[in-house]
Amino acid sequence: MSDYLFLIPLFPLIGFITNGLLIGRLPKPVISFVGCSTVFLSFALSVMVFFELKAMPAGLRVIEQVLFTWIPSGSFHVNIGLLLDPLSAVMILVVSGVGFLIHVYSVGYMHNDPGYGRYFTYLNLFTFAMLTLVLADNFLLMFVGWEGVGLCSYLLIGFWFEKKSASDAGKKAFIVNRIGDFGFLLGMFLVFWTVGSLDFLTVSEKAPEVFTYGGALITTTCILLFVGAVGKSAQIPLYVWLPDAMEGPTPVSALIHAATMVTAGVYMVARTNALFILTPDALLVVAIIGVVTAFFAATIGLAQNDIKRVLAYSTVSQLGYMFLACGVASFAAGIFHLMTHAFFKALLFLGAGSVIHAMSDEQDMRNMGGLKKYLPITFSTMFIATLAIAGIPPLSGFFSKDEILWKSFSSDFGHPLFWILGFVTAGLTAFYMFRLVFMTFYGKERMDDKTRTHIHESPKTMTIPLIILAVFSVIGGFVGIPHIFGVTNQFEHWLEPVMATSAGAAESHVLAAGGGDTGMEWTLMLLSVVLVAVSIYFAHLLYKKRTELATSLRERFSGLHRTLLNKYYVDEFYGAVVVRPVVYLSLFLWKVFDVVVIDGFLNGLASRYHEVSEFLRFGQTGRVRTYATVFIFGVVLVVAYMLMD
Amino acid sequence: MITLSAYVIVAIVLFGIGTIGVLISRNLIILFMSVELMLNAANLTLIAFSRAMNVLDGHVFVFLVLTIAAAEAAVGLAMVITLFRNRETINIDRYDLLKW
Amino acid sequence: MDITSATIDLSIIYPELALLVASFVIFVMPFFRGPTRFAPFIAFAGLLAAAIFAAGQWGSQQSGFFGMVSCDNFGVAFKHIFILTSAIALFMGYRYLVVKGINRPEYYGLLLIATVGMMVMANSTDLVVIFLGLEVMSVPLYIMAGMARRSLESNEAGIKYFIMGAFASAFLLMGIAFVFGAAGTTDLRRIVADFNFIMSNAQPFMLTGVGLLVVGFGFKIAAVPFHSWVPDVYQGAPTPVTAFFSVGPKAAGFAALLRVFAFGFADVTIMVTVFQMLAILTMTVGNIFALRQNNVKRLLAYSSIAHAGYVLVAVVAGGSEGLAAAVFYLVAYALFNLGGFAVVVLMETRSGCKSDFSELAGLARVHPYLSAILALFMFALAGFPPTVGFFGKFYIFAAAVKAGYIPLAVVGVMNSFLSVYYYLRVVKTSYFDETDKEFAPVKYTPAVVLVLTVTVIGTLGLGLFPQQLVEFSRAALFAFL
Repeated sequence: MSDYLFLIPLFPLIGFITNGLLIGRLPKPVISFVGCSTVFLSFALSVMVFFELKAMPAGLRVIEQVLFTWIPSGSFHVNIGLLLDPLSAVMILVVSGVGFLIHVYSVGYMHNDPGYGRYFTYLNLFTFAMLTLVLADNFLLMFVGWEGVGLCSYLLIGFWFEKKSASDAGKKAFIVNRIGDFGFLLGMFLVFWTVGSLDFLTVSEKAPEVFTYGGALITTTCILLFVGAVGKSAQIPLYVWLPDAMEGPTPVSALIHAATMVTAGVYMVARTNALFILTPDALLVVAIIGVVTAFFAATIGLAQNDIKRVLAYSTVSQLGYMFLACGVASFAAGIFHLMTHAFFKALLFLGAGSVIHAMSDEQDMRNMGGLKKYLPITFSTMFIATLAIAGIPPLSGFFSKDEILWKSFSSDFGHPLFWILGFVTAGLTAFYMFRLVFMTFYGKERMDDKTRTHIHESPKTMTIPLIILAVFSVIGGFVGIPHIFGVTNQFEHWLEPVMATSAGAAESHVLAAGGGDTGMEWTLMLLSVVLVAVSIYFAHLLYKKRTELATSLRERFSGLHRTLLNKYYVDEFYGAVVVRPVVYLSLFLWKVFDVVVIDGFLNGLASRYHEVSEFLRFGQTGRVRTYATVFIFGVVLVVAYMLMD
Repeated sequence: MITLSAYVIVAIVLFGIGTIGVLISRNLIILFMSVELMLNAANLTLIAFSRAMNVLDGHVFVFLVLTIAAAEAAVGLAMVITLFRNRETINIDRYDLLKW
Repeated sequence: MDITSATIDLSIIYPELALLVASFVIFVMPFFRGPTRFAPFIAFAGLLAAAIFAAGQWGSQQSGFFGMVSCDNFGVAFKHIFILTSAIALFMGYRYLVVKGINRPEYYGLLLIATVGMMVMANSTDLVVIFLGLEVMSVPLYIMAGMARRSLESNEAGIKYFIMGAFASAFLLMGIAFVFGAAGTTDLRRIVADFNFIMSNAQPFMLTGVGLLVVGFGFKIAAVPFHSWVPDVYQGAPTPVTAFFSVGPKAAGFAALLRVFAFGFADVTIMVTVFQMLAILTMTVGNIFALRQNNVKRLLAYSSIAHAGYVLVAVVAGGSEGLAAAVFYLVAYALFNLGGFAVVVLMETRSGCKSDFSELAGLARVHPYLSAILALFMFALAGFPPTVGFFGKFYIFAAAVKAGYIPLAVVGVMNSFLSVYYYLRVVKTSYFDETDKEFAPVKYTPAVVLVLTVTVIGTLGLGLFPQQLVEFSRAALFAFL
């Protein structure tokens, strides 16, 4: 089966070509069939190769398939080749599996859109590029996929280009990502320059010999590569494009901006773990950026009222967790969270899409409320996903997040501060997610009557993917149950061969990552569960209970309910002391830091170039004599320089 | 005895005059003449070096350059005529439709 | 020096002769009231014959005409580039000239003469012959730029190109005179052989001469600060001519530049610094000026300046990797740049179109394929995978990093990301911008469809399978250095 590895990316490409060439000429059912079936075939094949890989002995689980030589030359040799190992096997399963479900969901979601054919064309192209990215056996091919997904992201964010905000958001995503790509490309050049190869296996093998441990060269290389990851995975300071990217259709947000493309940065860091492990400084940078982003984005998420924006900042925050894991050299935990996150965040976005669909394209949560009874399936699946992301045991998010928190504390590269920030973020996560659920599904129905009459549960093509994803959000974590429960961590064990080289390199320099203190691990785990429970209680109080209270007070007027009123004071107290500062901080960070500083800086950079260009181009006066003067200036410079030497 | 350096200095001065002519003249015809002056300065340099080194290459080269200069002048003057017909001016500064 | 028939070996200039014969036939046709509508076919036949002759020269190492003409893989490779460019310009002009009312057979004749000039430039190791080739190329180009006699813009483009061209030629000639004065010869091979002796004897003359040569060739390749003519001339000239300008003379300039500096004055170490400065200036100025342009032709003009800068990076990198990268990039650039111009030509064959940005709006709705093709070329210019543009840039910057010019590579990569902005603007306008006017449909002709097919296949195919082109570029350097 693995001989047919190349078919995995090829199927979506066929779908892209078919739909793309016959755009506007195929009936919708055919478009949907081509679009979905090609991705399904990829998924089926991915499952098959996964089991084939699993049947092989652990140490030999690497299948490299060179399709053809791309650049032939002794010193500069690059293949177009695919690499299947435990890491990429996980990734192709996630990409094609979640991708397939989202394709199916899109059939229902986009059914009335005039750009239906165009949509599936782009989506298939995206799947192709993403599968190329994860299956690439060298940096250059990975970069090709990397640019490909960026292009598709641009096209899909700007899908509804009639809206100016949408095409602007697309452009912004594209431009901000260029900064990241710049780092990636330079990092790649450095790797090529020092190691002399771009092949992942060769680089991993040679890296310990070529680079000195902790040297400046390896640190620069890794930080440059990480800049690429920061751009693609929307970390500080290049995260600004992701919230704006929510202008695209919601399934696109689910697929590209939650489950797959934005995790490419994490995947890249994990893929090059053999390099990162050689440089504690770069790892520290990764961890700090990761944990700060996680915390920072979570606080911003607290104050958002647009349902998709809450999820967008949540995605940024969760990606921060993944980088935190990578930064403490616990790459397997990062990939584990990547996988579970793909399930529950895709589910959350698709659920949000279902809500938006039902609410006649309303995205503001202040105009929702009480949707529970109208959308039972959407509600229950989204609720499961919320439990999962909040980290309620035994759902998938609990295992993966707890693994990261524990590693950030216990790893040799970890630090208690990392744990504290991560821990607080976990509380914030639970809070804003439950706020979302309560504002959307509970309480008073705040929509207008016209919208209310239209509310309906989504069609089966949309709800079935929700249910499937919900199942995975529940059970997805069981593959990585930590060892303190008395079992081996299957997931970590599975990824071990890929991380083996790095473990070997690390061993000679730092102590092997030990099992650590079991009691401590239990304590921390319990602490985080307690914190999550408390956060949920607060969210409950503020966004569900209090609104009810307000209603009942208005109904009864009298002072009979002294206790309730007191409780109201308590709420107010909490509000004043705990919540309001947090909300203000959140608003501050969002309005000032996010919008003014980072956005302002990037826009300022762009407009500075424009100003320079606008100013300079008037130097091109149209008069020959000016040109001749510029020319003479050049002559004098060149000749003077030549003679000066 | 006029030394080689004297020829070269004269040539460089001529070249400089030509260059300045191109930079400051607004009249297209004068501008052409300035360019011709520059070419002839180069010719003078070639001849001087050729004579000093007692080889013929430079002399032959000068004939080629003269031919080329003639061809250029023919094309240039044809263009001036067309331009004058269309724009009724040969002031080079007025030809600035294309800019920025 | 004995004059034997062996030294004048006509077989090494068969391609040039084929083009000359074809062009003479075209030029004399009007006098005999010949059927001038056959001019493009005659020109194409000439190009075909030249291509066949040139293909036959591949792999041979000859020189003739007392060493003034050399026939090696390097020159033959460039002959192929010129023939390709010329053929594409021929096909592009076919309908455009008729629509614009300037359908004269001389267009085709001049095209061929200019191509001969380029071939001479690329195939000589003698400065005098290179200068001769440059003039044989330039004079027809001046005429072609001003060909649309009734168009004020075209007139202006012609005169501007002419003045600046003649001005630059004077500097080049003065440079050659100085080199001749210092070395006593204009034959590059003899200069190489006696290099140390020359430098110890007449260093100031030599260095001044070499500096002026840089200026002269810098003008042809449109390196900053010798670039000012480019945007005006490109915008004003008839579009097929502009397309030809943007590739042919530039490639010829680079061929001569490589002959002279990579082969002839390779030991003038200071040149590396000069070229490095030129490369940085050229890339940066080209890209920054391009940001705010509102005319597609003008934008492509500045883009072509920036691309000359990228090739200069390869020249700086030098060595077999760098020079192969330069040749590779010139071929790649010829493909996607000519393709981009072909789309502009198609658009301009509608009445009243001046290639302003606003005229692109709505293209995607009326012509989804054409706008996809335009987007492909823009992505290639911006250097996106999987187009050959990405590969070419990667090759250049990798060569620069490998040769140790890391800051230069950094500036180059930064510039190529800056350029994404304005190329993307073209794509965005054709796809996303609203327009009040209905987009008038363009009319495809077989000639333009052929051009588009070739360039699209080249841009994508060589991006996926660059092996052939890499081998071609390497082979072009066989026995060159």
